[in-house]
Amino acid sequence: MDAPVIETFEKVEDIEIRLLLEALYLRYHYDFRNYATGSIKRRLRQAREQLGFATISAMQERSLHDETMLPRLLGYLTVQVSEMFRDPGYFRAIREIVVPHLKTYPSLKIWIAGCSGGEELYSLVILFREEGLEDRTIFYATDINQEALQIAEAGVYDLDRIQLFTENHRKSGGKSSLSDYYSAGYGRVSFDRTLRDRVVFSDHSLVTDAVFGEMNLISCRNVMIYFDKALQDRAVGLFRDSLARKGFLGIGAKESLRFSAHADDFREFVRQEKIYQRIGK
Amino acid sequence: MISTDPKAVVIGASAGALEALTSILPTLSRDFRLPIMVVVHIPPDKRSVLAELFRAKSSIEVIEVEDKEPIRPATAYFAPPDYHLLVEDQGTLGLTNEEPVLFSRPSIDVLFESAADVYGAAVVAVLLTGANQDGARGAFAIAKAGGHVIIQNPQTAFATAMPEAGLALCPDATVLSLDGISEYLKRIG
Ligand SMILES: C[S@@+](CC[C@H](N)C(=O)[O-])C[C@H]1O[C@@H](n2cnc3c(N)ncnc32)[C@H](O)[C@@H]1O
Repeated sequence: MDAPVIETFEKVEDIEIRLLLEALYLRYHYDFRNYATGSIKRRLRQAREQLGFATISAMQERSLHDETMLPRLLGYLTVQVSEMFRDPGYFRAIREIVVPHLKTYPSLKIWIAGCSGGEELYSLVILFREEGLEDRTIFYATDINQEALQIAEAGVYDLDRIQLFTENHRKSGGKSSLSDYYSAGYGRVSFDRTLRDRVVFSDHSLVTDAVFGEMNLISCRNVMIYFDKALQDRAVGLFRDSLARKGFLGIGAKESLRFSAHADDFREFVRQEKIYQRIGK
Repeated sequence: MISTDPKAVVIGASAGALEALTSILPTLSRDFRLPIMVVVHIPPDKRSVLAELFRAKSSIEVIEVEDKEPIRPATAYFAPPDYHLLVEDQGTLGLTNEEPVLFSRPSIDVLFESAADVYGAAVVAVLLTGANQDGARGAFAIAKAGGHVIIQNPQTAFATAMPEAGLALCPDATVLSLDGISEYLKRIG
């Protein structure tokens, strides 16, 4: 008796979600249509509950007519969890294994794709400063979430996060003290403005935007896990085409190019830390 | 008792998980037909040895999941520390960094709810020992979608809070001992 009813109910929700994502795309050009469904469903159910809508369709109706819904929904549709020097082993591998290669180039371009509030960006800038590479490098920090980009540009974080950042920095083989780079006050820390001297921030989507040229290193961690397989293939193709010859691609600790359509265009450079190198070209 | 042939098993456990899972996973044979997704609460900063440990003890395959891992029979998939594990609709498993649920990442609720969405009635959920309430909502979602919920008998559980919370939301769940759960799985898989 029960089963058919429930099945119809679930199908209705799936239809509603598709219509909402289509509406966001047509109205605002934000394209979540090929994000991983499990996570999108969870986030939209949360949004519906917390924003007080009876149905996802009601949320869709409002999204079409009220622009202030967009930033609110983006807060649900994009996940902003990050830390400085997250997975210290990754940054240690960049420092010890990738940097010696980068040192052989007179100028460098680094792309942090899906930079969230800037934690990963500042980790790399500090690492490059410690290694004497900062002056020859331009860092491109991109995200689709405007609020996140503003936080990244401000470089201000809650004081209670700094203990973890400091510990991570130390474990990553940091050669200085993290406190050299920020000043604290009023429960917050503010990172040194000069860390932004070589950084270009921009709004760029891995789903809808084009290639960024001739990067020596692309770091895109824990962004593609929110995509379905087809969209991951698009993003990895974009990275391949944006990398200079023998450029490096670093992804999240639990991500892998094993399942990618473009796996053959890369070789495992530091297997354990998910750092790949572009081959061919 | 089960009207729909199950396509997968999902298991959640917390305090006492190691011992409980030891009574289950190593008892399954290599020709076990189903995939098994497992969430165990583990500290976020630690490298998890669960998959390695059970690989050594089991005939079925045991792996720690990477994003977009294909779902295969006779394989147990462990969630890595600090990521939620979800069943996706393209025959793969997904991971996310979303906020912890009931202080847990991975969360049993997240896994179970995604399994209910994807498999509907064709899934068996097993909620084992644990000292918190994670898994109860997820078990409820599975029951609501017509799936089968099995809860470890709280009287035989190392920690009773989790199976008790599960039973409070799913009073019709099948209550079994660890051996009973092992026997049940062997029968359906
Ligand atoms: C979980 S955070 C990862 C932050 C950081 N890279 C890390 O690993 O700590 C994911 C980020 O990806 C961004 N994002 C989501 N979809 C994107 C897209 N299509 N293009 C670029 N960035 C995207 C989100 O806004 C969010 O800032």
